[in-house]
Amino acid sequence: MTSQRVHFYQVGSFAVGNRLLNEDERTVQAQSDRTNSIDSGHRACQGCGEALGARYALDAAMRATNGQIVAVNATGCLEVFSTPYPETSWRIPWLHSLFGNAPAVATGVAAALRAKGNKDVRVVAQAGDGGTVDIGFGCLSGMFERNDDVLFICYDNEGYMNTGVQRSAATPPAARTATTEAVGPEPGNNFGQGKDLPRIAMAHDIPYVATATVADLHDLERKVERAMELRGARYLHILVPCPLGWGSASDETIHIARLATESGLFPVFEAEHGVVTSVSHIRRPVPVEQYLSLQRRFAHLFGANPRPDVIAHLQSMADENIARYGLLQPEMEQSS
Amino acid sequence: MLRQIEGSKAIAETVALCRPEVVCAYPISPQTHIIEAVGAMVKAGTLAPCEFINVESEFAAMSVAIGASATGARAYTATSSQGLLFMMEAVYNAAGLGLPIVMTLANRAIGAPINIWNDHSDAMAVRDSGWIQLFAESNQEASDLHVQAFRLAEELSVPVMVCVDGFILTHAVEGVDLLDQSYVDSFLPPYEPRQMLDTKAPVSIGAMVGPEAFEEVRYLAHLRQLDALELIPEIAREFFESTGRDSGGLVRPYRTDDAETVVVAMGSVLGTLKDAVDARRDLGELVGVLGVTSFRPFPSEAVRDALAHARQIVVIEKAFSIGAGGVLSTDIAIAIHHEQTLLRTVIAGLGGRAITRRSLEKVLDDASRDELAPLTFLDLDQGAVDRERARMQASRRSGPSAENLLRDRGTVSPKIPA
Repeated sequence: MTSQRVHFYQVGSFAVGNRLLNEDERTVQAQSDRTNSIDSGHRACQGCGEALGARYALDAAMRATNGQIVAVNATGCLEVFSTPYPETSWRIPWLHSLFGNAPAVATGVAAALRAKGNKDVRVVAQAGDGGTVDIGFGCLSGMFERNDDVLFICYDNEGYMNTGVQRSAATPPAARTATTEAVGPEPGNNFGQGKDLPRIAMAHDIPYVATATVADLHDLERKVERAMELRGARYLHILVPCPLGWGSASDETIHIARLATESGLFPVFEAEHGVVTSVSHIRRPVPVEQYLSLQRRFAHLFGANPRPDVIAHLQSMADENIARYGLLQPEMEQSS
Repeated sequence: MLRQIEGSKAIAETVALCRPEVVCAYPISPQTHIIEAVGAMVKAGTLAPCEFINVESEFAAMSVAIGASATGARAYTATSSQGLLFMMEAVYNAAGLGLPIVMTLANRAIGAPINIWNDHSDAMAVRDSGWIQLFAESNQEASDLHVQAFRLAEELSVPVMVCVDGFILTHAVEGVDLLDQSYVDSFLPPYEPRQMLDTKAPVSIGAMVGPEAFEEVRYLAHLRQLDALELIPEIAREFFESTGRDSGGLVRPYRTDDAETVVVAMGSVLGTLKDAVDARRDLGELVGVLGVTSFRPFPSEAVRDALAHARQIVVIEKAFSIGAGGVLSTDIAIAIHHEQTLLRTVIAGLGGRAITRRSLEKVLDDASRDELAPLTFLDLDQGAVDRERARMQASRRSGPSAENLLRDRGTVSPKIPA
C-alpha cells in the first residue's frame, strides 16, 4: 500500500480529517459509496465503540475483497444490537451460531467455500473479548493452529457488557465490574497474569496479527486491508471503549481509545508470522491517570480514598508495554 | 457388493458414497475407526472434493459442520458419549438453524464413572434437541441408514443422527452389502439449501427471536419432524424397492400379529431378542418383538398399531432417566394410552454389560408368569448394592462407591453373568 506521511494532531478537536489527503488516500468511511456493512438503525448504545469498530473493519474488508465477505458472529452486544429478527443491520451474509464457537463456524464456512472451489468469497469472524479470550478461546486457538483462511476480529471492550458488565479475562486490573465490585481492601479486578491475546495469537505463528483502536481509522482500515491481502488465519484485536461498561461519556469514546494508546496501556502494532513488523508510536505520552480518570470504573482510585499505589502499578504495566514494543523511539523500531 | 468388513469401515465407505463436502472430526472411542477411514479417503484423494478438518474438540466439530452446512455444503461428523455432550450446545443450535447435518453416534455410556462401552445414554441426552434419531439394528442397516439420512435431512432441512451401538456394531466384522456410487448418486440428489450464506443474496441467519414468535418457530420444527414420520417410511420403501433391503423405516415388528407379549427395543440387541423369541414361539408362546428404528420423531401411531393386541409390553432399554425410570417406556406409554396393557421396563446393558440370550429368556420367563416388576435392572448384583449401601450407612467417609463396588466384586474386568 502506498503511504503518505501526514501527521494527525487531532487531539481534542475535530478539525483534521480526510481533506488533507489525496482523494485515493482517504478512508473507506469517507467514501459516499461505502458498503455500510452494518447499517444505521441498530440498537447500540450512544457512543458505542464496538459499533464503530465493526463498521470500520467490515466496510474496509468489503472494499478489500470487492464485496465478497461472509461474516460469522459470536453471541454478544454486536449480535444483539444489530439483529433481533425481523430487523437486521447486516448488508452482508451474516451467521450467528453460539457464544463460544465463532472461530470454528468460520472454519466451516471457509472449508465449504474451498470444497466448492470458491476462492473469491472471504470469511470474517467477529466476537467481543468474552467470545475471544474466554469462552471462544479453545476454538480460536484451534483455528489458528490449523491456519484456516479466516480473519478473526476481536472487538475488545474489556468485559461482558451485553450481560451487564461482568469481568472477563480481558478486564484490566483494578477495573470495577459487576463481578469485581469496588469494595474491600483491593477494590475492582485483581492483578492477575493477564491474558494478552495478540501475543498468544503471535505464538501460533499465524500470518498476521494486529491491534488497533477506533481512534485511528486510517490505521485500522490499513490493517484490515493488509489482513485481506493474506491467506490463512489472521487476527485483529480492536480496542472499542464502552461508555456503559466503562462509565465514560458517550462523546469521549474516540478520545479514551486514543488515551489508551498514548498512555501505553494498549499497544498498537502488527506482526507477521509471529514477528512484530510495525508499531504505532506514541506521539504525545500521557500518564495513565489521564486515561483512568475519565472512566467511572476506575473512580475508586481517585477521590476521597485515592490509591496512588494501584495507579503506579497500572503505570508500570504501561511502561512495560512501551519498553516491549519500543513505543517511544521511532529510530529503534524493533522486529521482535 | 458384499464384503466382510468392520462396521465403522462400512459406515465410512457409505458416507463417502454420499459425497460429503466437509467432514470434521475429533476422536473419541468407539467412533474413531469411522473418522479415520473417512480421513484416509480424503487424504488419498478418493473422496474429493471434500475438506477433512481435524478439529480441537467436539464442540468445534459440530460448529464447523454448522458453518459448512450454512454455506451450502454437505457436512458430516461422528461422535460418541462425552463428545456428544461436549458438543451439545452446538447440537441444539444445528437443529434450531435447520441445518441438514448428518452425524453418526457410536452409542456409548456417559461418565462418571468413565466407561467407554455401549449403552444409549448419549442418544437419550439429546433426544429433545430437534435432531432426527435413527437406530441401526445391524451393520448392514447402519451403513444403509446413512444414505437415507442425508436424503431425509436435506429434504426436510433437519439434522439426522444415525445411532449405532458402539463396539457391538462399530467394531464388529461381518458381511455388509455396500452400495455403489451410481446408485447413491441416483438416490441422493445434490444438496439444495433453503437458506445459505451467499454474497449475491445476503441474509442474516441465527438472529434473536423473542416471545412473539419463538413458540411458532419451535412448533414448525415439530411439524418438520411429523413430516419425517411420512418421509422416513417413504424413503425406506424406495430403498427397499431398489436394493431389496429392509433398512430404515419407523418401526420393525417381528412376529407381533398375534403376540400377547411384545418386547420393544432399539439397536443391536434386537438380533438376540429375535432369537430368544423364536425359541419361545417354538414352545407355543405368543411373543413378538418390536424394533423402534426412528426414536425421534417418535412413531406413536406405528407403535400403537404394532402393540394394539398385546396384553403385556416389555421395553428393554439401554438407558434410563435416573430418579424416574425408562425413557423409551415413557414414549411407549403415551403412545398406547390404554391402561389395561401391562407395561414393563427392563434396564439392560448399561456401560456395555452384555445382554445375553439367557438373561433375556429369564425376562421372558418372568413375563410369561406375569412376574416382571414394573421396573427391573437386568442382571443387577443386588447383594453388591446392598453391601455398599451398608458401608455408606456405617461410615460418613465411605469413599468412592464405584471403587467399593469393584473391590466387592473382586475383579477388575467386566464379567458376563454366568
